[in-house]
Amino acid sequence: MNTVVNSTSNAPAKPATRAWRGLALRAPNGRALLLALLPPVLGLGMLVLVWQLVSSSNSNFPSPLVTWDAAVKLFADPFYSNGPNDQGIGWNILASLKRVALGFGLAAAVGIPLGFLIGRSRFLAGMVNPIVSLLRPVSPLAWLPIGLLVFKAANPAAIWAIFICSIWPMIINTAVGVQRVPQDYMNVARVLNLSEWKIFTKILLPSVLPYMLTGVRLAIGTAWLVIVAAEMLTGGVGIGFWVWDEWNNLNVQHILIAIFVIGVVGLLLEQLLVSVAKRFTYDDV
Amino acid sequence: MNSFIEVQNAEMVFATRKGRFHALHDINLTVQKGEFVTLIGHSGCGKSTLLNLVAGLTVPTAGTLLCDNREIAAPGPERAVVFQNHSLLPWLTCLENVHLAVERVFGANETKAQLVARSKAALALVGMDHALTKRPHEISGGMKQRVGIARALAMEPKVLLLDEPFGALDALTRAHLQDELLKIVARTASTVVMVTHDVDEAVLLSDRIVMMTNGPAATIGEILSVELPRPRDRIELAEDTRYVHYRKEVLDFLYTRHGRAVQQAA
Repeated sequence: MNTVVNSTSNAPAKPATRAWRGLALRAPNGRALLLALLPPVLGLGMLVLVWQLVSSSNSNFPSPLVTWDAAVKLFADPFYSNGPNDQGIGWNILASLKRVALGFGLAAAVGIPLGFLIGRSRFLAGMVNPIVSLLRPVSPLAWLPIGLLVFKAANPAAIWAIFICSIWPMIINTAVGVQRVPQDYMNVARVLNLSEWKIFTKILLPSVLPYMLTGVRLAIGTAWLVIVAAEMLTGGVGIGFWVWDEWNNLNVQHILIAIFVIGVVGLLLEQLLVSVAKRFTYDDV
Repeated sequence: MNSFIEVQNAEMVFATRKGRFHALHDINLTVQKGEFVTLIGHSGCGKSTLLNLVAGLTVPTAGTLLCDNREIAAPGPERAVVFQNHSLLPWLTCLENVHLAVERVFGANETKAQLVARSKAALALVGMDHALTKRPHEISGGMKQRVGIARALAMEPKVLLLDEPFGALDALTRAHLQDELLKIVARTASTVVMVTHDVDEAVLLSDRIVMMTNGPAATIGEILSVELPRPRDRIELAEDTRYVHYRKEVLDFLYTRHGRAVQQAA
């Protein structure tokens, strides 16, 4: 992870340490900060060490240093384009993110309202629950052929796979959220005789929102997992296909870089949604 | 003829997982306009169930409930409820919480400015006008309960239903809010039905104390009229022989006779 983050700029180490030193000076307890930073740094150091050991015993496996050099070169020009099969890593990441956004957005547009309906109506829940239970454990990749069959193109099929894998957590969490709206709040709504619209905007939506965002967070994690696999199968531009392409070129250091990039992007997506969720979570009582 | 709430032969049976539970049996109660009535009894005696029936949150298995000569079939803004756990919406400010109620009751006939003024006035009435923009988690338990009362009062209800409103508060805050409630009720001439398990609270606040027998099939054991002049002062009353007598009467019912209360009912 460090490799990729740092490689975006030529001399990132100096300003970073200066910032940390400044923080440590201002913090009354520099030792606490050190103790907080030490474990993750040690852990990552161990990872690099193991990597180094593996690469020194296997000549096909690139060492951390070789990978670092390749990453510096790769990120020097992330947005070049020599036709559809040879594009910069930036374009590949953006292409994958675009697919995820589309599939994920469609899943949210369908899954969240459906979750609300299921949560509100026991009859509907009885209808939909068996379908969800049956289809949820299916690997999203199993849906890819259906997508190819229906859409007759690779790109919509990949989006379809994202859609189908991200819809379940959104349906389930939204429905659970609606079912768990505290009875007290519903009693308030009844005593105040609020209209359905007011109940929805002032009571249901705000109290379901944290559950909904949990569903969205789970969904985006899965979606990002699935897109890599789906793209390997469908081809085109995208980080998943890029990994497969580099494997065919036997460019292993690029595969390692891709693994880090996928990890970092997934982490950022998750953190983004965690911060959104924090913004909309209310203290009870 | 001034009877405002009438409960006639009400029965309440709940279908639970363990079978039927007969909660209330043959409840007959009349509350006059402007009267302050408390329901007291041991926990589980169905006093909150009775209040929920009057609120319209639950429907009786048998019997009739009337409010102002109209049958109670559903909750309505003329019967405002203050819940034990305040039930403020945590994502709304104090003002917005009150405004939600005001908007519903008066929204059709008044301008926005009038509605906001009403909400603010209700909060001022309970001494919470300093916390209009605060959210419930930023204020103390007593303050939350005040806002809950303000929300109920702002609807200008015909009757105020209080379900152990001060039960979760410490003794000092509770005493303070009881005094405030007495003042507010005197000022607004409200009709109040309140559930409590606090004997002092019942005697201090009520015109009549409805004492309930233990469940299952709980019923009204005895009704005690508290003829103490208003305004009432808790310090003076503490040594008042009538107050001590009423207090003893309720304690007697609850602790000495509650098992045999049906036979001894006056």
